[in-house]
Amino acid sequence: MTEQKRTVSIHVPVLTRVEGEGALDLRIENGEIVELRLRIFEPPRFFEKFLEGHSYTEIPDMVARICGICPVAYQATAAQALEKLFGVELNPWAQAMRRVFYCGEWIQSHSLHIHLLAAPDFFGCNSVIELARIAPDEVRRGLRIQALGNELMELFGARSVHPVGIRVGGFHHAPALSQISAIRDKLRAALPEAEALIRWAASIPVPQDNQAFVSVAMHHASDYAIERGQIVTSDGLNIEADAFDTHFAEHHEPFSTALFSTYQQQPYLVGPLARLNLNHDRLPERVKTLLAETGLTLPSRNLFHSLTARAVEILLALHEALRLLEGYRVPDTPWVPVTPRAGVATGCTEAPRGLLWHRYEMDADGCVVNARIVPPTSQNQGRIEEDLRLSLLNLGLDQPDDALRLHCEQVIRNYDPCISCATHFLRMKVERG
Amino acid sequence: MSTPTVHSIKPRVAVHKFSSCDGCQLAFLNLGEELLVLAERVELVHFAEAGALDPDTEVDVAFVEGSLSTPEDIERIQHIRQHCRMLIAIGACATSGGIQALRNSANGAEWVAQIYSHPDAISSLERSTPIASQVKVDFELWGCPVSSSQILAVVNSLLLGVAPHDNADKVCTECKRRNLTCVMVSHGVACMGPVTRAGCGALCPSMGRDCYGCYGPAENTNTDALAAQFRALGLTPQAIVQRFQSINSQAPVFLAAANKVKTR
Repeated sequence: MTEQKRTVSIHVPVLTRVEGEGALDLRIENGEIVELRLRIFEPPRFFEKFLEGHSYTEIPDMVARICGICPVAYQATAAQALEKLFGVELNPWAQAMRRVFYCGEWIQSHSLHIHLLAAPDFFGCNSVIELARIAPDEVRRGLRIQALGNELMELFGARSVHPVGIRVGGFHHAPALSQISAIRDKLRAALPEAEALIRWAASIPVPQDNQAFVSVAMHHASDYAIERGQIVTSDGLNIEADAFDTHFAEHHEPFSTALFSTYQQQPYLVGPLARLNLNHDRLPERVKTLLAETGLTLPSRNLFHSLTARAVEILLALHEALRLLEGYRVPDTPWVPVTPRAGVATGCTEAPRGLLWHRYEMDADGCVVNARIVPPTSQNQGRIEEDLRLSLLNLGLDQPDDALRLHCEQVIRNYDPCISCATHFLRMKVERG
Repeated sequence: MSTPTVHSIKPRVAVHKFSSCDGCQLAFLNLGEELLVLAERVELVHFAEAGALDPDTEVDVAFVEGSLSTPEDIERIQHIRQHCRMLIAIGACATSGGIQALRNSANGAEWVAQIYSHPDAISSLERSTPIASQVKVDFELWGCPVSSSQILAVVNSLLLGVAPHDNADKVCTECKRRNLTCVMVSHGVACMGPVTRAGCGALCPSMGRDCYGCYGPAENTNTDALAAQFRALGLTPQAIVQRFQSINSQAPVFLAAANKVKTR
């Protein structure tokens, strides 16, 4: 068939509905993929370099600027790392509220991704504005849930983009009981909306595209891991955050300003589906019931289930926030004093897009000597390319160009890549003369 | 709804991104249901993160997020300028070069070599600079990040045909209006509020903490007096320099203040 022999060259110069600047190059010759690259060309911003010399007190405000969509993840991970090094035990209030604050970010980020970035593809729309014409109630519901996530973050951080509430040792400020009562009512009212969102997300037909991959996520003895836990993999690894860089490696490809991560020389998956695969037994009973109703069986090998995984995690985050805000009391103090000391600090949390790992070498005055940050998107980058290759073969390379292009974009959006996060990260051990 | 004062033809709007964290675009994407109202009042011609991709069509207003940091950026911003009637720079990256402009005082090429094993493949200028360093900017909206209410105020001004309001007053004025206790006077905290541009609503002092200058310099600042106050509070010269060298390090007023402390 001549169609088999055609040469296809697809170049998507600017990927839309992703965070940051990336492009896709695909070349098919004689029915074979000869080139497939997710190119990240977002300019490097050199964060880790300019953190050097700055005080631990400034780090949460500075690292927030890595990403406008998940600043809490950066702040919470940095604070956790530094608190561990300085031997600081958060008071129970601050420990619980870190998780509530983080839940706000999951709700906001996941709802933004589902409705504004991912769902339009499945309805033949280019944007949420177009989607709102054919599914107005669903879009409005999504925007309301997103707004509620922002509101929860504002309670602890005064604003949801680069919030100003976290400090090493706790929070700068505790919300008043009246504010907590008001948000609890809103969270409770959002539960049926989030349940309906799960049913809607699960009802969207997706391709059957099962692939083999290793899932990596944090895991906690009792909680669905968000702000603390061990690092585990679906092939049985279980390690502390400190041991991350002995098992996971990063390398640089010349076509990208992001670094690629590997586990046992292979790409791996982080993010909502990896978390759900590894931690679904930690979901609250009500969320488990809803998940069972969708018919989604876990572990899932189909990345197109990521949309539903995000919806499930929104409901989880609402439940968790409500549980932790039950019986809320304003604490005597929202933070505990901190005495810096020299040493190496590592921290790890589950950002909305997956595992986020920080490492800081600090001097005795509490200033950064060097820093290393491994964000979820650079960890997923190798997996995205592997997925694209397998998924295109599964779809059939004889499909029309437009279908191939749309499929590639959908595959990429399953990972909700945050390219702003993925760039400008470095391996500080590489020193050149 | 009140009588529409808008012309029957919707203004065409573009949102462009350069080097940034994406946080200022979120001022649009975090509007909630108002996003749909905005989409009725203006035509969003280009906004890659929201799905609209058309960087070449003429628009009435181009909002630009991010700083210029690669040779390609320079070409792209000139193209954008040629295709818009009004260009509005939003956020610290676009107005001062942003936090990544901290590299301007360092050796960028050396940094690239330390980070990437294929440094030749990385296209990066030595400096991260604001939009106005290359093209005419009609209005600058400062802040890291700008807020949804700031963005809506600008859009509404334009829809009504009036110039957007430029509030270059100090954070202190917002603190007083909110009846907040001064964190510097009462708690001895090294607050940047006296030299920082208003617009956030004094968020940090409302949390009982120091303003760290993320909205950039206000008008008529007295950075000498503030540096002296920081010294009196016990800050080291290095700590004072870092107060001015953070989110808006290359804003001329903050850069000059830092250099003055360094050479003292």
